[in-house]
Amino acid sequence: MRSLLLAGTALLTLAGTAVQANAQVSDNVVRIGVLNDRSGIYADLAGEGSAIAARMAAEEFGNKVAGAPIEIIVADHQNKADIAASKAREWVDTGGVDAIADVPNSAAALAVQGITKDKKRIFLMSGPGATALSGAQCSPYGFQWTYDNYAMAAGTGRALVEQGKKKWFFVTADYAFGQSLEEETTKMVKSLGGTVAGAVRHPLGTSDFSSFLLQAQGSGADVIGLANAGGDTVNAVKQAAEFGITQAGQSLAGLLMFISDVHALGLQAAQGLMFTEGFYWDMDDQTREWSKKFEEKSGRKPTMVQAGVYSAVKHYLKSVEAAKTDDSDKVAAKMRELPVEDMFARKGKVAANGRMFHDMYLVQVKTPAESKGAWDYYKIVKTIPADTAFMDPKQSGCTLVK
Amino acid sequence: MTAHTSAKTPAGGSGRSSAALTVRGSATGTALAAAGFLLVAGLAPYVLYPVFLMKVLCFALFACAFNLLIGYAGLLSFGHAAFFGGAAYIAAHTVKEWGWSPELGLLAATVVAAGLGLVFGLLAIRRQGIYFAMITLALSQMVFFLALQLPFTHGEDGIQAVPRGLLFGLFDLSQPLTMYYTVLAIFVGGFAIIWRTVHSPFGQVLKAIRENEPRAVSLGYRTERYKLLAFVLSASLAGLAGGTKAIVFQLASLTDVTWQMSGEVVLMTLLGGMGTLFGPVVGAALVVTLESYLAATSLPVPVVIGCIFVVCVLLFRRGIIGELLARMPKRGG
Amino acid sequence: MFSLLGVPSQVLFGQLLLGLINGSFYALLSLGLAVIFGMLNVVNMAHGALYMVGAFVAWLLLTYAGVGYWGALVLAPIAVGLVGLVLERTMLRRLYKVDHLYGLLLTFGLALIFEGAFRHQYGVSGQPYPIPDLLKGGQNLGFMFLPNYRGWVIVASLVVCFGTWFAIERTKLGAYLRAATENPTLVQAFGINVPVMVSLTYGFGVALAGLAGVLAAPIYQVSPLMGSNLIIIVFAVVVIGGMGSIMGAIVTGLGLGLLEGLTKVFYPEASNIVVFVIMAIVLLIKPAGLFGRER
Repeated sequence: MRSLLLAGTALLTLAGTAVQANAQVSDNVVRIGVLNDRSGIYADLAGEGSAIAARMAAEEFGNKVAGAPIEIIVADHQNKADIAASKAREWVDTGGVDAIADVPNSAAALAVQGITKDKKRIFLMSGPGATALSGAQCSPYGFQWTYDNYAMAAGTGRALVEQGKKKWFFVTADYAFGQSLEEETTKMVKSLGGTVAGAVRHPLGTSDFSSFLLQAQGSGADVIGLANAGGDTVNAVKQAAEFGITQAGQSLAGLLMFISDVHALGLQAAQGLMFTEGFYWDMDDQTREWSKKFEEKSGRKPTMVQAGVYSAVKHYLKSVEAAKTDDSDKVAAKMRELPVEDMFARKGKVAANGRMFHDMYLVQVKTPAESKGAWDYYKIVKTIPADTAFMDPKQSGCTLVK
Repeated sequence: MTAHTSAKTPAGGSGRSSAALTVRGSATGTALAAAGFLLVAGLAPYVLYPVFLMKVLCFALFACAFNLLIGYAGLLSFGHAAFFGGAAYIAAHTVKEWGWSPELGLLAATVVAAGLGLVFGLLAIRRQGIYFAMITLALSQMVFFLALQLPFTHGEDGIQAVPRGLLFGLFDLSQPLTMYYTVLAIFVGGFAIIWRTVHSPFGQVLKAIRENEPRAVSLGYRTERYKLLAFVLSASLAGLAGGTKAIVFQLASLTDVTWQMSGEVVLMTLLGGMGTLFGPVVGAALVVTLESYLAATSLPVPVVIGCIFVVCVLLFRRGIIGELLARMPKRGG
Repeated sequence: MFSLLGVPSQVLFGQLLLGLINGSFYALLSLGLAVIFGMLNVVNMAHGALYMVGAFVAWLLLTYAGVGYWGALVLAPIAVGLVGLVLERTMLRRLYKVDHLYGLLLTFGLALIFEGAFRHQYGVSGQPYPIPDLLKGGQNLGFMFLPNYRGWVIVASLVVCFGTWFAIERTKLGAYLRAATENPTLVQAFGINVPVMVSLTYGFGVALAGLAGVLAAPIYQVSPLMGSNLIIIVFAVVVIGGMGSIMGAIVTGLGLGLLEGLTKVFYPEASNIVVFVIMAIVLLIKPAGLFGRER
């Protein structure tokens, strides 16, 4: 039975040592480093909240796994790829870290992916959205858990076209990230028979969107797709409300938004906005219960990134428990083998390219009148089933997919 | 003009200079300090984490290059990130996409930084003091937008997974210690160029310009040329530092071209001591240590850095090394 | 309706009007910088941070004290001005005798502290600030929909800008101020308390930034980072206009706002960079800036 299981993991080189493996944990601690932005633009959607989520996962195991204590450590990468890289290296080289979690900011995550791939450590990505992380830059040890730019863009595009909103106009941040969001959405919209009326490119960090919104308004499109992120999206949404764009009948779709953005905007400005989410705290009893515990510790409801860190860390620990070791190759194999089942993901599964497949949700922001209290922000318009939510691993460009 | 000619100038000047050899008694002190530094730096990777040390060295060279301008020519550039970060992109791109060897990549990075420096310099040296600072700041902001939008820089993702490769086809830089000693050699080389420049007649003219530009003009020096040359040299070395950092960390990202990075190098130099040779090295080491230490605490990094800035400006304008030197008994005048 | 280079005139007018709104922010901010620079010879790197503080004070007043927009419009600039007074009295003052560059470095450090502290306390996604009821809604101008609030921003900042210009160039107090800029010792000898005047000037300059912050709060997100990007553009505006010229700062601010508006129509990708390109050109042709004097 045991040898069968191991054959399943297809790690023939290590099979010999694994046979005698019995709760082998390097330096007798399972150490998980939560590396994210604790002071910059991603501090609200990841930050300390992600660390809290990781600790909550560890506590569910009684802070012990495979006979060894679990230790969660944190660091601030300050949104700098080089700090992320040196911290990750240091953790792996001298800190005895077995897994690194979160890492929002694609540049930082790509840097950490390179290091964890080289040094064979598990990388549990919740914060970064770059599709390359489970595509051209995929790693046997890297797991992209919560969302990716494809899921956000294509999911929203598909759902809205299916609702009959076929004519699109894009307000796009003029750099690689924004362009790829626009491209993915355009592909999806066109494949479903929609049209693109035009697009306007704005520089990153624009504070005034009025002239772009005016052009979007003039285009007569059904949907204005915001292919940007963070402060840019927030400012664009706020100013769209000022110019009465949604009241005039056009829909506003955020191609990458988080509940923290909606919280920052307030319902008055954000109402009616549609986008894709990986998680919402008020979905069912399980999510409500967990989110309540989370809020007690952090003072806020969790974002999908924070909930994703919880789920990824929990799945990692479950796999360590099952493999009875923290050896990365065996744990990675277990992670791909075991189903993901927790309050964040139901019947989730990890594909060969490291992408975790789970249901996504198209949400619409409630009006102030509909909202019954703090953080009551979303109407779930549609559940996007896991297999259509994410890119087919075969098309991801990841060499691990056969 | 390229890095080539500018890098040659100090060496060319040295042939007919006796000034460099007669720089008062401090020369022995500097030599002692240099020997001490080499000894410590040579042994350091056996005690401390090499990647951390390499980062310190890259920033130290960057700060030294910056110091050449502020400390010896009295020009505060608030746009040096453009050279540092811009060169990092060049090194990363040539090595990764074009398959160049690391030494060629670094050379390309330095040359491009020199070219950028020439453009910046031509525009900026027409004004002095605060104007100079603001013009360099605005120009570096243009470089930032370019870095964000040009396709080869990959926007927010940056250039990742740059291979370290074989130096001169011989030394495998993926070995931490080989990489470390290469970085150390680059730093020492860059530092030597700065040392020679400062102690050459060219350096003396720069100091004269810093102290009193009208007088230098009346003595017949074409001060603009001297300043431009110093600017290009400083930019090239900043570029060399940035390129090296790209090879060490195997990535180039937007961080290094932001204006906050320009501010950081000012802080390093200010903290260590402007116009002292070793000050920027000490300052860089302190700031990098601080940043990596604070990363694991709950203290907000920018606030701490800002406080250090304010305290330095108000109380220790000479910086650490500057204060030390000022308190040491003067030898030989 | 006619069109220019394929752009319909109503779009063009719309964009020009929007450019004017941005220009009035630039003018307000660069005016404050110019006033401070003229009197103190300090490039106030903390200007963007204090603009942010102005917006935050408005938000704090609304959230914790129930003081609305109109109250904040008066109180926030005063609060920011007081902060400025304290900074000048305790720190900047000690640097007048050394190189002016230290003033720039000090204020840079202060900017880091302000931004970092607010970021630490309030996070970065920002806080919403509603448009005051009186100014909700908008006018249909035929060529565009102009939100009332934006119209108010233009009017308010133009009044403040030209009021400041008048006060400095056409009143007795302004004459003292200008004289003190030229020769502080002499003015002091006439029995005018120059140090107090310097403090007040700094306080006033940053209060203008605070005011701009309050004006901006309902349009942009009140976020700790709102100042840091804007301020670089404003620096370029000041360099183009020539430092120390009050009228230069106002006219350049408005002019560049318009120019940016036009860029957004014809080549939006370049709209962030156009100011810097203009700056480079101006520096080549007229190093002292459009309205500046060679010093």
